[in-house]
Amino acid sequence: MVETPTLPIHEVASEIPPAPRGTPAWLRQIIAFAIIAVALVAFWEGYKALGAATGGMIPLTAARLPVRPDDKSMPHVFDILAALFKPVQRGSENTLLSFLLRSALFTWREALVGFAIGSLVGFALGVVFVHSGLLERGLMPFVVASQTVPLLAVAPMVVIWGSRLQWPAWLAVTIISAYLTFFPVTINTLRGLRSPDPTALELMRSYAASDWQVLWKLRVPAALPYIFTALKISATASVIGAIIGELPSGIADGLGRSLLTFSYYYVSGPEKLYAAIFGAALLGIVFVVIIAQVERMVVPAGRRIE
Amino acid sequence: MKSKVKWGIRLAALLVVVTVVLTACGGAATTAAPAATQAPAATEAPKEMTKIKLQLQWVVQSQFAGYFAAVDQGFYKDEGLDVTILQGAVDIVPQQVLASGQADFALSWVPKALVSREQGAKIVDIAQVFQRSGTLEVSWKDSNIGKPEDWKGKKVGTWGFGNEFELTAAMVKAGLDPQKDVTIVQQPFDMSLLLNREIDAAEAMTYNEYAQVLEQKNPKTGELYKPEDLTVINFNDVGTAMLQDAVWAREDWLSDAKNQDIAKRFLRASYRGWIYCRDQFDGCVNVVLKNGPTLGKGHMTWQLNEINKLIWPSPAGIGVMDKKLWDQTVQVATSQKVITTAPDAGAYRTDLAEAAVKDLEGQGADVKGAGYTPKQVQITAGGE
Repeated sequence: MVETPTLPIHEVASEIPPAPRGTPAWLRQIIAFAIIAVALVAFWEGYKALGAATGGMIPLTAARLPVRPDDKSMPHVFDILAALFKPVQRGSENTLLSFLLRSALFTWREALVGFAIGSLVGFALGVVFVHSGLLERGLMPFVVASQTVPLLAVAPMVVIWGSRLQWPAWLAVTIISAYLTFFPVTINTLRGLRSPDPTALELMRSYAASDWQVLWKLRVPAALPYIFTALKISATASVIGAIIGELPSGIADGLGRSLLTFSYYYVSGPEKLYAAIFGAALLGIVFVVIIAQVERMVVPAGRRIE
Repeated sequence: MKSKVKWGIRLAALLVVVTVVLTACGGAATTAAPAATQAPAATEAPKEMTKIKLQLQWVVQSQFAGYFAAVDQGFYKDEGLDVTILQGAVDIVPQQVLASGQADFALSWVPKALVSREQGAKIVDIAQVFQRSGTLEVSWKDSNIGKPEDWKGKKVGTWGFGNEFELTAAMVKAGLDPQKDVTIVQQPFDMSLLLNREIDAAEAMTYNEYAQVLEQKNPKTGELYKPEDLTVINFNDVGTAMLQDAVWAREDWLSDAKNQDIAKRFLRASYRGWIYCRDQFDGCVNVVLKNGPTLGKGHMTWQLNEINKLIWPSPAGIGVMDKKLWDQTVQVATSQKVITTAPDAGAYRTDLAEAAVKDLEGQGADVKGAGYTPKQVQITAGGE
């Protein structure tokens, strides 16, 4: 059908990267990640050292550095890491790290439900649009408009409706999360469902395949790589949606509250806010890695869009 | 073609896994999330519990300690009330939550609630828990700002959003034109502008931002800043203080005698919570810390002490309105055009608060705190 590669994928792939043989791909990835992480830390600390040397000025000019290089604005990386292993509260047995992990898990639950709802809705919309040009033209502007409305304005509204309808607080959060999730899935599903070669579609028709058969035997398999690309985007978006949704809903157990409290008491411990941001970033990364692993299991190697 | 079949099976298997995980998580989310909306204890409910919602202005902190203590110590339960505390959050306006019926009681500063009332929200101040204002205007000692007149020509910070009226009223009282004689600077909700000396004076609550300055290290000495490093203008002394945290309820809701009884029971239990926080200081701090596991212990200890100072002594009993201060609040609010006209007499009532005070007095509780002396709280670096 549409698969172009006829020769085994591994051979094609091994010709391109001139990487040392024997080093597994995952190890190379970790090394690359570590190098970049070290470079970022070096830049951060270098910026601070530069600022300390010039008194907060850009060298040889009278202009201030864009961000104050002091410890309040930019705590040392070491202090941020150290904060993770200090008790979250004086006398508490929990470290900030374990507290943040628990908050992240709580937020992830909300995000995961939102992600599932958003992905299903997004997929369904894609399927509807590929079969009905009229619906696509009629609905697509609304779908696009939904994403241009600022989430910060939508979130409190959803929370207020939710409390009027006596929803549990987390439900509003998952809906906000789903709201951010469905859009990339819709767009990419639509594109993926349209990706099969016209000759393949004609062949299916010549076999008298029904629309349903064309969808599941041709269109959806062809769309999978596109859908997974969208799911990776949506995974991070669902986490952002959940955190933003937690802010107006007064939910105390998630990352949103940690970020809120630590920014409220920023001067008392800037490193804690950075640590919480680190926790949020980690959650996004883990989520994307999981989706990538699922993709690995579902989509054949040659057809992934990396 | 083989791979086509395979992906189908794989996807099906995956869907099963995902469904299982989601159901598990969904179940977990339902059980974990409503920590705030406690299910009624089915095991020991001797009488019918009345479900009540209280909306706070912000997330848990010592400012609301009395209500958390009343939950923790079972004072609400004693009154047959199952109270859910709705924590405040970004974009949540308590008196609007109250007016729209999503809470039975709400905490609000008086001037802010009066604005809502003027705009048509029929809400009533039923208990003026904080008897004085906690707002300060703080400056460095070397700025030589000892009285409002000294703000002339200086950069004076305020949070805005309705927090600036005590300040602008004090300026007017000192003969300054807030538009011309001073530079009013919008400050963020922390003290960084003052700490960086980007402004000369900053608005600060006694129980929060003021302590945040003292919890910082002075880069010159390497030690924490001391109260002697700062000059403080207290709006209670200036005479432009406005009343702050009060319990509000809806007028129509209160017209039902049954609800008046609920309100009385709610106030009784809340007062017991505040009395607990005065007399069992450390226990009360621990209740706050338990409800807010990321809050600094040092900072919350300081905060509770300052909050106690705003409540005690309460000469007519806790929560009973001091008419003089109400009038002052209204006078400042109208002169600053916060509200266009003075509110009618129905804007506050003292009968419920007085009845609750009388009941507690009958039980031998100290509802006035005439002999109250504040604690000496040790400042900790970063409020840890």
